Amino acid sequence: MMRVIATCFVLTIAGIANATEVMRMAVTTSFHNSGLAEVLLPEIKADLDLEVQLLVVGTGQALKLGRSGDVDAILVHSKAAEEAFVADGFGTHRREIMYNDFVLIGPSDDPAGVAKAASAAEALQKIATMQTLFVSRGDDSGTHKKELSLWASAGQEVDSFTGWYRAVGAGMGAALNTASAMNAYILSDRASWLNFGNKGDLALLFSGDAVLFNQYAYLPVNPARHPHAKQELAAQLEDWLTSDRAKGLINGYTVDENALFVFNAR
Amino acid sequence: MADLWAGLSQAFWLVLTFDAELMEISARSLQVTLGALIIACMIAMPLAALLAVRRFRLRRAVIAVLNALMGLPPVVVGLIVYVMLSRSGPFGVLGLLFTPTAMVIAQVIIIVPLIASIAHQSLRDLWQEYHDLLISMNVTQWQKMRTLLWDARRALLTAALAGFGRAIGEVGAIMIVGGNIDQATRVLTTAIALETGRGDFALALALGFVLIGLAVTVNLAMHWLSRTEREGRW
Repeated sequence: MMRVIATCFVLTIAGIANATEVMRMAVTTSFHNSGLAEVLLPEIKADLDLEVQLLVVGTGQALKLGRSGDVDAILVHSKAAEEAFVADGFGTHRREIMYNDFVLIGPSDDPAGVAKAASAAEALQKIATMQTLFVSRGDDSGTHKKELSLWASAGQEVDSFTGWYRAVGAGMGAALNTASAMNAYILSDRASWLNFGNKGDLALLFSGDAVLFNQYAYLPVNPARHPHAKQELAAQLEDWLTSDRAKGLINGYTVDENALFVFNAR
Repeated sequence: MADLWAGLSQAFWLVLTFDAELMEISARSLQVTLGALIIACMIAMPLAALLAVRRFRLRRAVIAVLNALMGLPPVVVGLIVYVMLSRSGPFGVLGLLFTPTAMVIAQVIIIVPLIASIAHQSLRDLWQEYHDLLISMNVTQWQKMRTLLWDARRALLTAALAGFGRAIGEVGAIMIVGGNIDQATRVLTTAIALETGRGDFALALALGFVLIGLAVTVNLAMHWLSRTEREGRW
């Protein structure tokens, strides 16, 4: 008995002591659920001998982790919040890496008729008029912020919505699960939708409007603010993410023969 | 229902083929939880014994607080530990956030009140029996505590197992302080939450069955090692 306990104890201590050179990056749930991370991380490890530990959170929390200096870099998609992050001195700069797009998901029989809408704003207006169930992330994530700006452009007041608008306060996958169970409309990024395993009666109804463009940007945490931030490793990773090697991997990543991301770093 | 069967069969295959990733996160689950359990027992059991043998002014208050803290919400503990260990927090320089150590700290805080409360209940009963004898032998406080702890060891095992049960199935706190980082802080419960988020219910269930199996195995092993429930013993 004592030997078992002692072994476990030693293992715990060994786990603590085994902290090698690694860097931490906060990424959004939508990026991680796309499955691209599983392609890129092993290549980064092979090329740079750098272990990137991912913290998968919403954009709001990712920026918060950067502000408190608990990560070395962040990869998120909410331009206004990112620019505020850099302006406040928490990040050294903002580098655009790639984009994917948002899509409107809903019940396959489409009671609100969004599939025939001419624009994203019109599609949302139809949902608001019909008052069909709509699931919102409600977690201050990049996708949530995008959704709010789309409602605003459709001339709708989110605060005035009644029971049909359900803010679940959860990640992309969990929100899709909720929408699937309620057979509701939801705004999702394309990658998460294609990789989602519990589609039920949901279908992709609307996509392609230019306002649904979803830009991912890389922001290293400012070492002037947090001296322990691993600036050199963050710079190495940035060089890799903007290299031709990353370009090939990102553009070449497909799910069910759909390309998910478009590399656009300059 | 189909997911349930798919989960069961997937769990079966994962275990049968010694899936490397499964082994790794299961080992980490055990490592974190057993580590937390050992530390928590070293704090909670002497505390329980002290509360049983010693009479001091705030004794009732301490017991009441310990009992109340049994229901401590893990997510709040997680948040508090997070704020403490964050780089902007008071213990930020230690760089412990998002490491297994942080997870152990959170779990220790969660299970110490539980173990101490249950242990104290049984030690108090035993103390009533032993009180006159030990007083008449004029032993020291330390000897009283040691005697109680040793003679109540089987009841204390139950207290420890209750703590183990709470810690191994916990997800709220360790998700926040561990961050669910692949190959660093991912354990069974956080992996289940992740796979549920991806809509892969079968794999999530499979991991869940492995977790239940692990908990049962550890409980059986502890009983076997301490030889309880045998003939002629209590």
